[in-house]
Amino acid sequence: MKTKILAIAAGAAISMVAAQAASAATLDDIKKKGHVQCGVSQGLAGFSNPDDKGNWTGMDVDVCRALGAAIFGDATKAKYTALSAKERFTALQSGEVDLLSRNTTWTATRDTALGLNFAGVNYYDGQGFMVRKSLGVTSALQLAGAAICTNTGTTTELNVADGFRADKRRYEVVAFEKADEVVQAYDKGRCDVYTTDASGLYSQRLKLANADDHIVLPEIISKEPLGPVVRQGDDQWFNLVKWTMYLMLNAEELGVTSKNVDEMKSSGNPAVKRILGVEGNFGENLGVGNDWGYNIIKQVGNYGEVFDANVGPDTPLGIARGVNALWSKGGIQYAPPIR
Amino acid sequence: MSVETQDVESDGAKVPLWNDPKVRALVSQAVLIGLVLWFGYEIVNNTFVNLEKRKIASGFGFLNTTASFGIIQTLVPYTEASSYGRVFFVGLLNTLLIGGIGIVVATMLGFLVGIMRLSKNWVVQKVATVYVETLRNIPLLLQIFFWYFGVLSALPNARNSLVLFGETVFLNSRGLYLPKPIFEDGSGAIWIALLVGIVAAFFVRRWATKRQEATGEQFPKFWATVGLVLGLPFLAYLLSGLPVSVEYSTKGTFNLSGGLQVIPEFVALLLALSFYTASFIAEIVRAGILAVSHGQTEAAHALGIKNSHTLRLVVIPQALRVIIPPLTSQYLNLTKNSSLAVAIAYPDLVSVFAGTVLNQTGQAVEILLMTMGVYLAISLITSMFMNWYNAKMALAER
Ligand SMILES: N[C@@H](CCC(=O)N[C@@H](CS)C(=O)NCC(=O)O)C(=O)O
Repeated sequence: MKTKILAIAAGAAISMVAAQAASAATLDDIKKKGHVQCGVSQGLAGFSNPDDKGNWTGMDVDVCRALGAAIFGDATKAKYTALSAKERFTALQSGEVDLLSRNTTWTATRDTALGLNFAGVNYYDGQGFMVRKSLGVTSALQLAGAAICTNTGTTTELNVADGFRADKRRYEVVAFEKADEVVQAYDKGRCDVYTTDASGLYSQRLKLANADDHIVLPEIISKEPLGPVVRQGDDQWFNLVKWTMYLMLNAEELGVTSKNVDEMKSSGNPAVKRILGVEGNFGENLGVGNDWGYNIIKQVGNYGEVFDANVGPDTPLGIARGVNALWSKGGIQYAPPIR
Repeated sequence: MSVETQDVESDGAKVPLWNDPKVRALVSQAVLIGLVLWFGYEIVNNTFVNLEKRKIASGFGFLNTTASFGIIQTLVPYTEASSYGRVFFVGLLNTLLIGGIGIVVATMLGFLVGIMRLSKNWVVQKVATVYVETLRNIPLLLQIFFWYFGVLSALPNARNSLVLFGETVFLNSRGLYLPKPIFEDGSGAIWIALLVGIVAAFFVRRWATKRQEATGEQFPKFWATVGLVLGLPFLAYLLSGLPVSVEYSTKGTFNLSGGLQVIPEFVALLLALSFYTASFIAEIVRAGILAVSHGQTEAAHALGIKNSHTLRLVVIPQALRVIIPPLTSQYLNLTKNSSLAVAIAYPDLVSVFAGTVLNQTGQAVEILLMTMGVYLAISLITSMFMNWYNAKMALAER
């Protein structure tokens, strides 16, 4: 009896200590366990989507793959946890995932009160509306009184409420937890309107029974800077995620691609030398090998390649670069220099 | 310590203190309580330390913050400008609504099916058996989806609503639209009359029962009750100058507007929960009735009591004693299962408060504590009521 109690007490004490130590250096934990644990969506083509063999692809997935390449020199060293919009922050806060790369909008509340840090923006987006063509609606301003389907726990839900509250229009919002249920409910006629990030509309539209019967309205009602998120209080890990994204942007700027990266290694351009680890110790400063940049570009590609391969004009989503073009090409994607 | 031990021994007791069962029991219980308290303290402390370390906001201040999101079904006034605290009440009331109505429907259906299963009519009995065997073996979530995505969404769309009762009731895939009574000034008299009617009916029934017990004379209790509870308010309505008007739904650009809208999420959840739970209640009712010895029925028949009265006055009251305890856990299950609402966007407590608000504020600990507290309270209150009712039925023995 006594020994049993003692054992329980000791066990409890140990688990307390363990629980308190869990928020230590994420990067060390990742190296120990041998992979990056990445929180992604439950399936959003072009951003994070599993195929029938369970392999994930998409722009958000490529952030995780790039981290695998940076840390282990192997882009496949990333594992994925599918999270609904509602679950995602709790999963990150509790340490279930190392980062969230799941079309998540950077907002003040999330960046502060939720104890999170946004490591940058991998896709500048805005919220749009989709309706049935047969309704004859041509503008979001004609939507007063409509039933609107959307996801709970999203900025989308809040933006709609703001918009209709501002000009006192009546509306009915039907908010589901899972994206597939939203699509199904909209498709079956529960709602007149489906609203989410414009990128999400393009992607979810592919799931509708008859995609051609629907149109996306021209209005964009919000700013949705989407990017990867980490927990607050671990600057080393935050830096690595942030600079991994910057590296991919810098590579695009310098014309370094997954195809020419080997030749580029012998380039005379010092900036190229720095991002590929030929010169300097930028990797070391981030806690990874100096060839991190080479590995990322070789295995995943630069930002432009990732964009084109997943959501670009040649994919089913067919999204133009638009604001996501480099700053030097009329867009707003701008990365601080690696030097 | 050694002195004390000496004392005990010199008192002639054969056991030393540490072998005294009473002392040992006391000490070990004190140690156990101490450990539990320490464990609890450590958990709470650990939580706060970690929240602090991860810079996650804590405290209940968020309840005053503006919610800024819309909810489709609110029983109390609510707008996007209301607070998270208000969301809590909206969610709570929606949970109580589905739980309350679900329990009533499931009980009625469950009793019906339970009695049908004992019917001598082969068809009736088989129908009931098939009902029970199918519904209780299909996962509830699937049944919810079946009603929501399968049945209700197959209704015509808003522009081609089914029109019933001459443009007063509409049915479409957005819900059921009923005329909505608007209580204007002066309608207070109706409510007072209703209250008076209920109280009066209660006393009349008591009087009638007493009289029947004493003299055997019967009194039309049922009609008296109907007259008092419905008649009195109606009289008040006429006398106070018809202060109630009716608002009908009208067609808008997209949907019908005005009137009383019953959203399909509510209907689907209600149907799924009550049909599912009724299949369990039916079995409980069947078992309860079978537990009443057949001699009771035979005795009643021998006294010339007709079949329906035998069931209602002899068998069911006795069966209830067996039925009530397991019935209570079905009621608790139904209420807790209503949290599956989240799958079809019915705004219950778990969906809007432990879901949307949690996600929006990130204050998981506070919100989950409140939500768990609510379910605990609902469960305890239900159990208390059922225990009271059970005790009352048990005492009916004479
Ligand atoms: N960017 C918004 C919305 C993100 C969101 O969850 N969008 C939905 C609709 S596109 C989604 O990703 N669904 C996919 C899923 O739940 O797996 C936010 O961060 O709140």
